[in-house]
Amino acid sequence: MKKITYSLNYRKPKEDYKDDDTLTVCVRYYHRFDNGIQKVIKKSTGVKCKLKDWDSDWHKSDNRHPIKSTDPNYLEKNRLIRNKSIDLHSLIKNIKPLQSKSTLKSNIPDGPLDLKWSSHKNNVRLVSPANKRNIDIIVVGTGLAGGSASATLAEQGYNVKAFCFQDSSRRAHSIAAQGGINAAKNYQGDGDSVYRLFYDTIKGGDYRSREANVYRLAEVSSSIIDQCVAQGVPFAREYGGFLDNRSFGGVLVSRTFYAKGQTGQQLLLGAYSAMNRQVARGKIKMFTRHEMMDIVIVDGKARGIITRNLITGEIESHSAHAVVLASGGYGNLFYLSTNAMGSNVSAAWKVHKKGALFANPSFTQIHPTCIPVSGDYQSKLTLMSESLRNDGRIWVPKKIDDAKKIREGKLKPTDLSEDERDYYLERRYPAFGNLVPRDVASRAAKERCDAGFGVNKTGEAVFLDFSSSIIRYGKEKALIKGLDTADINLVRSLGEQVIKAKYGNLFQMYEKIVDENPYKTPMMIYPAVHYTMGGLWVDYNLMTTIPGCYAIGEANFSDHGANRLGASALMQGLADGYFVLPNTINDFLADDIKTGPISSDLAEFKEAKKLVEEKIDKIMSNRGSKSVDYFHKKLGKIIWNNCGMSRNKKDLKKAIKDIQNLRKDFYKNLKIPGEKFSFNESLAKALRVADFMELGELFALDALNRNESCGGHFREEYQTKEGEALRNDDEFRFVSAWEHNPNIELSKLHKEQLQFENVELKSRSYK
Amino acid sequence: MKLYLKIWRQKNNQSKGSMIDYEIDNISPDMSFLEMMDVLNEKIIEENGDPVAFDHDCREGICGSCSMFINGEPHGPDKLITTCQLHMRKFKDGDTIYIEPFRAKAFPIIKDLVVDRSAFDRIQQSGGFISINTSGNTLDANTIPIEKENADKAFDAATCIGCGACVASCKNSSAMLFVSAKVSQFSLLPQGKVEATDRVLNMVNQMDQEGFGNCTNTGACHVECPKGISLDYIAKLNREYVKANIKK
Repeated sequence: MKKITYSLNYRKPKEDYKDDDTLTVCVRYYHRFDNGIQKVIKKSTGVKCKLKDWDSDWHKSDNRHPIKSTDPNYLEKNRLIRNKSIDLHSLIKNIKPLQSKSTLKSNIPDGPLDLKWSSHKNNVRLVSPANKRNIDIIVVGTGLAGGSASATLAEQGYNVKAFCFQDSSRRAHSIAAQGGINAAKNYQGDGDSVYRLFYDTIKGGDYRSREANVYRLAEVSSSIIDQCVAQGVPFAREYGGFLDNRSFGGVLVSRTFYAKGQTGQQLLLGAYSAMNRQVARGKIKMFTRHEMMDIVIVDGKARGIITRNLITGEIESHSAHAVVLASGGYGNLFYLSTNAMGSNVSAAWKVHKKGALFANPSFTQIHPTCIPVSGDYQSKLTLMSESLRNDGRIWVPKKIDDAKKIREGKLKPTDLSEDERDYYLERRYPAFGNLVPRDVASRAAKERCDAGFGVNKTGEAVFLDFSSSIIRYGKEKALIKGLDTADINLVRSLGEQVIKAKYGNLFQMYEKIVDENPYKTPMMIYPAVHYTMGGLWVDYNLMTTIPGCYAIGEANFSDHGANRLGASALMQGLADGYFVLPNTINDFLADDIKTGPISSDLAEFKEAKKLVEEKIDKIMSNRGSKSVDYFHKKLGKIIWNNCGMSRNKKDLKKAIKDIQNLRKDFYKNLKIPGEKFSFNESLAKALRVADFMELGELFALDALNRNESCGGHFREEYQTKEGEALRNDDEFRFVSAWEHNPNIELSKLHKEQLQFENVELKSRSYK
Repeated sequence: MKLYLKIWRQKNNQSKGSMIDYEIDNISPDMSFLEMMDVLNEKIIEENGDPVAFDHDCREGICGSCSMFINGEPHGPDKLITTCQLHMRKFKDGDTIYIEPFRAKAFPIIKDLVVDRSAFDRIQQSGGFISINTSGNTLDANTIPIEKENADKAFDAATCIGCGACVASCKNSSAMLFVSAKVSQFSLLPQGKVEATDRVLNMVNQMDQEGFGNCTNTGACHVECPKGISLDYIAKLNREYVKANIKK
């Protein structure tokens, strides 16, 4: 890879320069090799320009004009820069790239970034409609990724067998996504573009995701909105009848489409309706209340799955020519999370144990705005959408005494005046304020609470306050209606109406849970586990390292790096399911046009089924005394305390030992009531928790191995003086892809070096 | 709080069920109803019993899984919420609580409080969609402006979570509110108008085949609906149905 970049040669922090300061322009010639080693030949052009005449500090191609026309000699200067870059080009064109040492093939197509996807689509093999009728595909999971993939594959003519553990495909946990879905439509005319969405996502992910995948995601984002509107998804609209947008964390544009606080529900029902159309045509066969127990591999290819019927307890074999996992994330490893009670890692973990690599398991998103934990009985945490940070301001008291009084109930938050409040996000990150990315906001909340400024009984909560917005909107409404803007009660009530229209259902949800009126008193929030960026390793085609086994949506690792931006999960789920997988899977299935039906009576199926039955018999015959939840809660505590928002070597090592011991205890002391051939939720849960017990160890191992801080992964040993994450690009610019070993501590690490050809690696700043 | 529970226990679809008494103590008013059920189940497991089976998943009122008939009302005494959002502060110390499954001919019981609501899926499969391929090659999303009022109404209809409270609350076990929500959502949007005739006829036909009862406009469904779906949509469904019959 070769690249030429231009930048100004700063000698002190950028903020210390004034507009009229003159700086030297640097032309750099980068040469990066496949294994990630980068050689830079730096040459100054001798061209100087004033800071105010410099076009932009990030730069990507050699035909741009970096100096603006406000500079009197801009034409001459730009020509000099260009000549210099051409010189450099010839200087080192003879360097040969080194060969990559990694065996992982990401199969990223050649060519410029913005043409990779279209040229790849033109080059992959196709399967004729007549042949598609003879090919079966299994899809596990019916959320946004699985639902959309099932619908599209069936539409193309494949025979789809779709599985979900819920009683209906419409209940997959995508339904609970609140805030919105991103798309580079630029309907607001605020300068958005595919490149900017790509750039924001790469930066938001702290430079730990694949450029090519992320660009493709940004590229197809706009079709998602077109598609959903055509399907009858009722997005929010403005009075003119056109689609409305809002803004989310980590970006400076409004590109988020939404349907009140129920965007996930509306999008999922769209995918569900597309599925229903295919169920009616007989192209999708639905298996509800079925849980995947294992994958079946025949001659090296994924050819089926073993399932458990959750009503009868029967173990069944299902065959197909390819298996697609859309089984979601594993946030329930922490026991308490915003995930649904049934969300689990088992499908992905079983595939991992059969040979698929598991990537970046420790990359977890801890969402800053959730309702705080209230007691030991708590079974799950409820998210308050990130969209609330558009209008809510986050604060804690400035004085530690005030915080103490609030905790004891002696002081009310509304008693504190503006200058007694510490709006710590606005203070620390003036540019992005309350809309910093999730990982940054979560750590900042933890920092304040750890320092003793927490505001609820447990000391683990901060305020999310809407009073400023209520007044601001109220005044605006009063002005429009020609009413008295000095009447504070009127202004308040008008403002409350605006907030209600925007976030009504969220406010209602909060009130039902906490029993406080968030229009009158600030909400209390605290970070909680929400999403897992890690997942099965996939190549550009979304195929795992098992041929014929694909992973899409949250189940894979590919697009969000070390931190996901808000409103991007819905985008990725639908992009993978509607637009990416249906193109790439043809390439694999083109070899299967003559294979004929796969029999589920093959020895491989019988063997896999037998192993599943033995495992269930073993776990059922346990004569312990503790329930599954007892162990799940213990596991969650170990992970939250040692591998949560901040991590260190000592605690991670301890976590690995603790999990190993807990796992032993689990198999010794677990008790499962009821029978195996019946509706038995305890058994279903036990089988899921058994997999969490193993994943947890790999999770800690991965966090221990990554000696840097990036995105949601914060290692206390690696931070700046100001407490910001300190990345180590030289040593850790790779995807950790783990190969299973029955002794999990000995899992083998494969590294996929990440190459950044189109963005410059910078330390993430939201200041 | 100390509570006396009377819970419907039924081993499976074939067996006969009955109300069984349970006592439970130390319940915090901040617990959700399902968390109270968790505590009860932990206690039952400890005593070597079979825990009470109930459907639940997201526990934030959106997936539509939970389906308990509490003290004679689907989703219990509070309004505009699902069972998982019901909190114990709605009850008093010493209360007796009756917990039953959503009962309807079209919702056969699987076990205890778990019922089979796949009839709802089959109604949706009969016409609850817009026939468009998911290629992405469609009109730009802003090509057709939609009046905000209609977009908002379509959204309100589309918030139905398919829990079945409307059926459970109805003395006729009618699914009109559920069907009307989907029919109305699409008939309010230009994209849905094309297939409106077939959609309403097919969905109503399927609803009848599944064994749901007729609508006699008692309005109980609207009162118990956790999403507050309005009765106006039933009126709209009726209009659409008449229109479609005349057309055919």
